[in-house]
Amino acid sequence: MSSNSNHADYWKANLKLMGLLLTIWFLVSYVCGILLVDELNQITFAGFKLGFWMAQQGSLYVFLILILVYVRGMNKLDKKYGVEE
Amino acid sequence: MELKTLTIVVVVLSFALYIGIAIWSKAKSTGDFYIAGKGVHPIANGMATAADWMSAASFISMAGIIAFAGYDASVYLMGWTGGYVLLALLLAPYLRKFGKFTVPQFIGDRYYSRTARIVAVICLIIISFTYVAGQMRGVGIVFSRFLEVEIVTGLIIGMGIVFFYAVLGGMKGITYTQVAQYCVLIFAYMVPAIFISLQATGNPIPQFAFGSEISGEGMYLLTKLDNVVQSLGFTAYTEGTKETVDVFFITAALMVGTAGLPHVIVRFFTVPKVSDARKSAFWALFFITILYTTAPAVGALGRMNLIETIQPGQVGSVDGNLEYAQKPNWFNTWEKTGLLAFEDKNNDGRIQYYNDKNESFKATAESYGWKGSELKVDRDIMVLANPEIAQLPNWVIALIAAGGIAAALSTAAGLLLVISAAISHDLVKGMLMPEISEKKELMVGRIAAAFAIVIAGYLGANPPGFVAQVVALAFGLAASSLFPAILMGIFSKKANKAGAIAGMLVGIVFTLSYIIYFKTLNVELNNAEHWWFGISPEGIGTLGMILNFVVAFVVSKVTAPPPEEIQQLVESIRIPKATT
Repeated sequence: MSSNSNHADYWKANLKLMGLLLTIWFLVSYVCGILLVDELNQITFAGFKLGFWMAQQGSLYVFLILILVYVRGMNKLDKKYGVEE
Repeated sequence: MELKTLTIVVVVLSFALYIGIAIWSKAKSTGDFYIAGKGVHPIANGMATAADWMSAASFISMAGIIAFAGYDASVYLMGWTGGYVLLALLLAPYLRKFGKFTVPQFIGDRYYSRTARIVAVICLIIISFTYVAGQMRGVGIVFSRFLEVEIVTGLIIGMGIVFFYAVLGGMKGITYTQVAQYCVLIFAYMVPAIFISLQATGNPIPQFAFGSEISGEGMYLLTKLDNVVQSLGFTAYTEGTKETVDVFFITAALMVGTAGLPHVIVRFFTVPKVSDARKSAFWALFFITILYTTAPAVGALGRMNLIETIQPGQVGSVDGNLEYAQKPNWFNTWEKTGLLAFEDKNNDGRIQYYNDKNESFKATAESYGWKGSELKVDRDIMVLANPEIAQLPNWVIALIAAGGIAAALSTAAGLLLVISAAISHDLVKGMLMPEISEKKELMVGRIAAAFAIVIAGYLGANPPGFVAQVVALAFGLAASSLFPAILMGIFSKKANKAGAIAGMLVGIVFTLSYIIYFKTLNVELNNAEHWWFGISPEGIGTLGMILNFVVAFVVSKVTAPPPEEIQQLVESIRIPKATT
């Protein structure tokens, strides 16, 4: 029974991390890169309009960071709940 | 050495490397053949996934699509990378924990149903064949352009090479050749990109050159590009023409489709541990992002180079356009291949390139004495002609040929393997002859791979209009059929047999019908006015996916829940540690 509730807690922690990261995933691509692109294009940095840069460069970098955070976070959770292979 | 000889040498050397790897990594068991014995290092698997993923379209066509579509092409950049976040977080680790050989096998076991497994096999075969035909076509085209052989001859050479290492080495052979192919293709892509960035902006890193000032002009590349294309009647480069709703749906279909493509998913079955599957997804996206963040820079610089060549002077002034007689050398080369074509519509001996489809620009163009755009440019030229435009040495051009072939072959091999595994493992072993010995199953797998190669080659040589158009749409099909079934199989204990089967069927039939209706039966109606909710056939997979989820959810609610042991199976794939 204790192992079951342990597993349930692990799963909950996993879902929480996943939910957070997927929210950011949605924000950078669909919101910044598509829905609000015209508004963000009013802001410029270096030679880029921000919305355009998010759609063609920025969101790709954020995707990469999101997976990295997930890999690290899950390795920690695996250890904390003693469910590593 | 002459360019053609040099190209042949480079291509043959790369083939020798792939064949050497195939002999070294011969598959000895079905485990080796289907999933490389689960012994692939996560970084190696990341590289193999990147090569598996990046096809001839990514390598040859994408920068050109971006060059001509500007912001609108962002759907491909975000769509084809964002899917890896879904893969890493939602699918890869759990499917690796499940630990079997194929995607239909997971669906069959999780939904305790042979019917579900067969439906998954059918979806997999439709998706993979439409995709692979395009790859074989790509192989043929690269051969014919660089080595001046017939497309069919090029195809047969390509088929022979894939045959050798896919049939002999199975997944193990494919994995290690894909690692080599990634190295070849990324090197071939980056060298010219770095040189043209350096020439135009003084910054060698394409991702930075993209936002830099043009050397000696004090104006940002993108600002100048926006101004120049607008003065020629095009929409500003950094702004789109597509409706927001369509951009949204296409991006979603590409993202979810990426996560649902069987040949990508199965790559995560090959690593030793669950945590390696997650790591591997990171490395895959890392290696992909190198090319995908470079492509927009190549696109923008390529478009700029092209326009500056054609329009060296003031727009609208009599001598503002390039005289045809003064055209540069690379122009000649690519005219011969038909990728560039000039027609002097106003007989002034100069080349005019502008947007003659823009009604509000018509009057301006007429006042300049222009009678239509005179230049036809194939988008593929942006990558293929880059080394020549940048005046790089011949070995770089030879490398582009090897890179294009590597990109097409690696993707084709990955697709052929999932097709053959679906036939030998899911159909023959799983249903027709469950008692078949491992040795015989391996044999069946090899024969199935050989057959799949022949069919793919045939489709590559004689592409029915339908297949050619649907290649990009394979994503919509994957998004609407396999992805929801797998996702619910992991995240819901309630999703049952009837729900999954009904969902997959509704999803793929709906998406396929919409695509065929607009792309084949009623091509003249294929515009925003007739689309449902303004969603193009490219984006309809997203709606198909939503339908799949809704149908599966409702049907699962009203039919019997999955048996206890299935709920335990779901429980166990959620935990990396083996449960006893």
